[in-house]
Amino acid sequence: MAVNYNAKEEADGHPSGVGAPGGAGKSRKPDNTAFKQQRLPAWQPILTAGTVLPAFFIIGLIFIPIGIGIFVTSNNIREYEIDYTGTDSSSPCNKCLNVSWNSTPPCTCTINFTLNQPFETNVFMYYGLSNFYQNHRRYVKSRDDSQLNGDNSSLLHPSKECEPYSTSENKPIAPCGAIANSMFNDTLELFRIDNETRIPITLNKKGIAWWTDKNVKFRNPSGNTNNLTALFQGTTKPVNWPKPVYMLDSEADNNGFINEDFIVWMRTAALPTFRKLYRLIERKNNLQPTLQAGKYSLDITYNYPVHSFDGRKRMILSTISWMGGKNPFLGIAYITVGSICFFLGVVLLVIHHKYGNRNTSADIPN
Amino acid sequence: PGRVDGLFRQGEEEVDQEVPGLRGATDRECVQKEDGCEEPNNRIKTSKYNILTFLPVNLFEQFQRVANAYFLFLLILQLIPEISSLSWFTTIVPLMVVFTITAVKDVTDDCFRHKSDNQVNNRQAEVLIDALRDDRIYLTSLFFSQADLLLLSSSEPHGLCYIETAELDGETNLKVRQALPVTSELGADIRRLAEFDGGVVCEPPNNKLDKFTGVLFWKNNRYSLNNEQMLLRGCVLRNTGWCFGMVIFAGPDTKLMQNSGRTKFKRTSIDRLMNTLVLWIFGFLVCMGIILAIGNSIWEQQVGAHFRIYLYWSEVVNSSVFSGFLTFWSYIIILNSVVPISLYVSVEVIRLGHSYFINWDRKMYYPKKDIPAEVRTTTLNEELGQVEYIFSDKTGTITQNIMTFNKCSINGKTYGKSNNYSRTKTVPVDFSFNPLADRKFQFYDHSLIESIKLGDSMVHEFFRLLSLCHTVMSEEKNAGELIYQVQSPDEGALVTAARNFGFIFKSRTPETITVEEMGKLVTYQLLAILDFNNIRKRMSVIVQTPDGQIKLYCKGADTVLFERLHPSNEELMYLTSDHLEEFAGEGLRTLALAYKSLTEEHFKEWFKILQEENTSLDSRNEHLAAAYEEIEKDMMLLGATAVEDKLQEGVTETIASLSLANIKIWVLTGDKQETAMNIGYSCHMLTDTMNEIFIVTGHTVMEVCQEVAMLVCIHKKNKEEYFVLQAHALEADLENEFVEVACMCQTVICCRVTPCQKAQVVELVKKHRKAVTLAIGDGANDISMIKSAHIGIGISGEEGMQAVLASDYSFAQFRYLKRLLFVHGRWSYFRMCKFLCYFFYKNFSFTLVHFWFGFFCGFSAQTVYDQWFITLFNIVYASLPVLAMGLFDQDVNDENSMDYAKLYEPGQLNLLFNKHTFFICIAHGVYTSFALFFIPYGAFYNTAGEDGKHIADYQSFAVTVATSLVIVVSVQIALDTSYWTAINRFFVLGSIAVYFAILFAMHSDGIFVIFPNHFPFVGNARNSLSQISVWLVILLTTVVSVMPVITFRFLKEDLNPTITDQLQKSRRKQKPLQNYIPRVYRRNSRRSAYAFSHQEGFGELITSGKNINAVKN
Repeated sequence: MAVNYNAKEEADGHPSGVGAPGGAGKSRKPDNTAFKQQRLPAWQPILTAGTVLPAFFIIGLIFIPIGIGIFVTSNNIREYEIDYTGTDSSSPCNKCLNVSWNSTPPCTCTINFTLNQPFETNVFMYYGLSNFYQNHRRYVKSRDDSQLNGDNSSLLHPSKECEPYSTSENKPIAPCGAIANSMFNDTLELFRIDNETRIPITLNKKGIAWWTDKNVKFRNPSGNTNNLTALFQGTTKPVNWPKPVYMLDSEADNNGFINEDFIVWMRTAALPTFRKLYRLIERKNNLQPTLQAGKYSLDITYNYPVHSFDGRKRMILSTISWMGGKNPFLGIAYITVGSICFFLGVVLLVIHHKYGNRNTSADIPN
Repeated sequence: PGRVDGLFRQGEEEVDQEVPGLRGATDRECVQKEDGCEEPNNRIKTSKYNILTFLPVNLFEQFQRVANAYFLFLLILQLIPEISSLSWFTTIVPLMVVFTITAVKDVTDDCFRHKSDNQVNNRQAEVLIDALRDDRIYLTSLFFSQADLLLLSSSEPHGLCYIETAELDGETNLKVRQALPVTSELGADIRRLAEFDGGVVCEPPNNKLDKFTGVLFWKNNRYSLNNEQMLLRGCVLRNTGWCFGMVIFAGPDTKLMQNSGRTKFKRTSIDRLMNTLVLWIFGFLVCMGIILAIGNSIWEQQVGAHFRIYLYWSEVVNSSVFSGFLTFWSYIIILNSVVPISLYVSVEVIRLGHSYFINWDRKMYYPKKDIPAEVRTTTLNEELGQVEYIFSDKTGTITQNIMTFNKCSINGKTYGKSNNYSRTKTVPVDFSFNPLADRKFQFYDHSLIESIKLGDSMVHEFFRLLSLCHTVMSEEKNAGELIYQVQSPDEGALVTAARNFGFIFKSRTPETITVEEMGKLVTYQLLAILDFNNIRKRMSVIVQTPDGQIKLYCKGADTVLFERLHPSNEELMYLTSDHLEEFAGEGLRTLALAYKSLTEEHFKEWFKILQEENTSLDSRNEHLAAAYEEIEKDMMLLGATAVEDKLQEGVTETIASLSLANIKIWVLTGDKQETAMNIGYSCHMLTDTMNEIFIVTGHTVMEVCQEVAMLVCIHKKNKEEYFVLQAHALEADLENEFVEVACMCQTVICCRVTPCQKAQVVELVKKHRKAVTLAIGDGANDISMIKSAHIGIGISGEEGMQAVLASDYSFAQFRYLKRLLFVHGRWSYFRMCKFLCYFFYKNFSFTLVHFWFGFFCGFSAQTVYDQWFITLFNIVYASLPVLAMGLFDQDVNDENSMDYAKLYEPGQLNLLFNKHTFFICIAHGVYTSFALFFIPYGAFYNTAGEDGKHIADYQSFAVTVATSLVIVVSVQIALDTSYWTAINRFFVLGSIAVYFAILFAMHSDGIFVIFPNHFPFVGNARNSLSQISVWLVILLTTVVSVMPVITFRFLKEDLNPTITDQLQKSRRKQKPLQNYIPRVYRRNSRRSAYAFSHQEGFGELITSGKNINAVKN
């Protein structure tokens, strides 16, 4: 009887007080492992003058050159920017300022400009928007990645995230959502003016999107046919668009959802002021700069209204360096932080020498 | 044991007969109990769940926690599409993880409780079964009584019954209980006992241990009952073969349980602070929500309204104010991670880990009894590092409750060396020549045994006195197995010593005492016992030797005895006095011994007077005392004894180091003032070098008031004092004064306190000082104080399990307290503080980025990070390194923690985590979030990547900020960790690795193809992280976030180093000299053992013959 046994043991064990540990039961003595005894071998770093001060100096000495490097690189980048919104009444595009979607014929304007310095390397042509909240929560989520990835059921039944841009005239919208609906649709063309003649500059419209976006994330619906029109059967164009998605481009590998302009637009910007790659101008040969210094003109088919919300539209021509586009911030920040570190190092060194507590354990009170 | 078993079986058979008449008693008893009639149950139940109820009950409990309910509320918010700024899984995944961990912890806790419940409930199961069936308990010697019993009959004549009540009140002397004559006649007659159908009407259950009033109705007679007939739960039967009792109170109604106080849910001060801070953070969250909501309203009006051509906003919510309202909730959702869901569960996990480390500590394992330290409440560990007041029980906690005859002075010569002080190996005296010697007795001076063998008459007389002059009862069970039933342990030690030295007290009758003197049986006629009382402080016996000589043997307090010596003894008296001083200096309890030869005429004359006085009606006691005085004079001094009340090992050192750490130690004991003070002296809590000892002994409220008022005055002047007070002081309505005075003293000793008063003292200190209190005790009388202190510690192994069961921690030896506080407590506090600081910092840096981003995304509650990152950050990426730090970090190692008491101070002063440090952590978090957002913002503003394509798109920005965050918090934890074990390294590096692994996995083509809507970040990791500028941003962010921290820490350590810093720098291995604990304090106040533990009345009991069961033996 187990109960009986327990009770006896207790009763017998009590007067003597010693419940013989050597008995049948194994000892309850804890194991002598480093883990259980909290004696794991460990590295115990502490902040001493010997480590902190050199660290500051080293950070300073590394950051300042990096900063200078970035700053110089950034300054060497050629960049030309035109605001063609037309808010200024003197601007050629002023007439188009209050244009609306789908106005026919489209409002066009031309802006002439002069490049004082040649652009030697490949030139990237951007459109920039300001005060455009592509990062607004309701805007960001208003898309259906499944549909954009060519899923046939999502094509006909867009996600409810796209509301209210998911159906139009009782037909599903392809591509659905606010992002697609608000796609930038100005057309920019660039001409070099050489002796009063306008020489069009070849603008490459492919290779402006990420490879993964073009090949993985965005795919046209699949079917037996290669005919996009047939594949998009049963859907309708986004409300603001003048033409359906399968008519974005004439080339098959740049049409439909995999149209690169569309893909670029669909990658929403983090900040309300942003630029998106529009076209590439590739350097043709090593003898000539990509864009010589001289006069140029920009032809704009002005379809995209931004004036109502105080938006701005820009066209940017820029070269690129190893660290990206022109941006002085990073260089200056590195120089500043490096200098601060170095300066702090000096200050700490002085403090340490003058007031520092360098005595050892001599006077540790018990 | 054989006899016990036999009787036992009888008891069981008897139960099986089920005599119907028995119910009467039970029913009547139940009438006065309010409940419990249906199920008389003595079981203790502390467990909460069983298999079936676990899931619903546990879930219900978990949702009752405010935090969890709050997260449930958030979850519901997230299901509203207009508000939902985060997918539902960002909340539900962490919530599930938290719930699972909590549930697992609850299960293990409860298993543990089930186990210990079973252990307790199965103790003496037979007796319990018996009790529940028909409310009469049969107890055998040395059993703990499990209910409050009315004593019916016992094995001893006259229904006497000896009990020890150490568990109840801490007193170690025997007490006598006597059954009513009518019931004691029942004896062991099972049939008659079974037919016993008396009913009891008594007071309702209460907590007064020394009072009981009731009436027994039996056979149409009324018998009044008082405490003399009660065996309370927790008392132990001693020297009594068996007894029968009737259950009066059982289970929670017993006086012991009534005294044990309410079980309160204990929270640590960090817990409370944490709750306050969480409320503040919550307020902060609401403020941020309001700011952002207002921003949203303004934005909607100024910008949003015009932006609608691109961002349709349904008509319902067209008002900007309403939009702001919705945004408020959206922001509450995304900013909720400042009130971290994983905080509570992480804290629990860390505490659990610390608890295991305590359980595993070999240095707190007591090999002699195979008892490791045990954590019974896992949620209090860090409070161990903040203790300011320790309330300790005396008996069994500080002392071993073992008295040993240690030294003696006979005729001007001292014998005995203490084994403790002379570290050289001394061989104990071999008592093998004496077959009746007690083997546990050890003596370290061979010259004494030589003197005995040589026949030194004074030495013989000395031990003869010890073997004759006492009130011990003997029992010879088997041949050579002599058992003494002692009334006080002091006396037992003395008689045992005499026994070992060849003067063996064998047996006594009311008229005779039989002693085996050096192998020869001698029977003395016992003529008179001049009993002990507190005023006389001595006892004498008058015996007639077989050859007709009449002798008076007297032992007593030296002060009393020396006054009554024959003038010829003066020289010897001075010599002995010196010896006594020496003994007292070592903390021993001393007694002086003297004898006197009487002529027959003298004795007869005196005896006549005595008998006259004995029959006198008024003030009999004074008359008796005068008569005693008459004969106890002109005695011849024999010598003195020194008995050691053995302290537990290492108590002195432990108390010394605890006081060095500014911990105030109060001793609360139910024992007498003298005993308590003696222990105070022997463990150096009291020393004679201290100026003043205040003793508050007033018995009435007025007296106490005066005394305390006087003390308050005196205390203004002096610094180092001690304070000894008796329980009466506690009854007076003097809370404030008491606390004020007592807290100024270095040592406070409260004696004669009941269990309830112990708790009151603790409560008083808790109430008036905002300090962490710790109570340590071993007996059932300590339960209430253990429960009411912030931390309760049970000493396991000596006196039953009740204190341990009520405690939060238990271990076997008082000295482990030092390690528990200085090492485990200190580390726990240190780790917990670091953990909390880092945790709040981490969550603020993580969350506030959304706040900054709000200003650039139209206050639309757009998150900066990927939803998956938000889901996983707190539970995967940033949880394990900080957990590892919270579990393993050590600023200094355990040896240093033990050696430098000053290291304990930050905990007491609450320096490591308080509101101030909290704000610093928050500021640090805000700063980091600022850097985390604005450096990428500046770097990516209106620019492009190195391939001319996207870099400032939302997804790349999210990846950059998230990566920076993971790296920054990892570097920060690396800075915070001061003890880098392999586990820390693995977790820190592992977290970063796991972050990148998960990042690339979630941004991979494969997972996107399967769930295109849930993993829209496809390809982002490789596109962003291959850009140099992204890494430059991450590096810059890291340096900017960490640099100020390093600067401040360096300056602090360099200019104002703490002891910890100094120790870390020196990291010296050698142990410091422990010279701060002087070995022996001299003291000149002698304490007489007699005053300590004796009770009067036993002499009378012996001469009346009531307690002599000579018939049986």
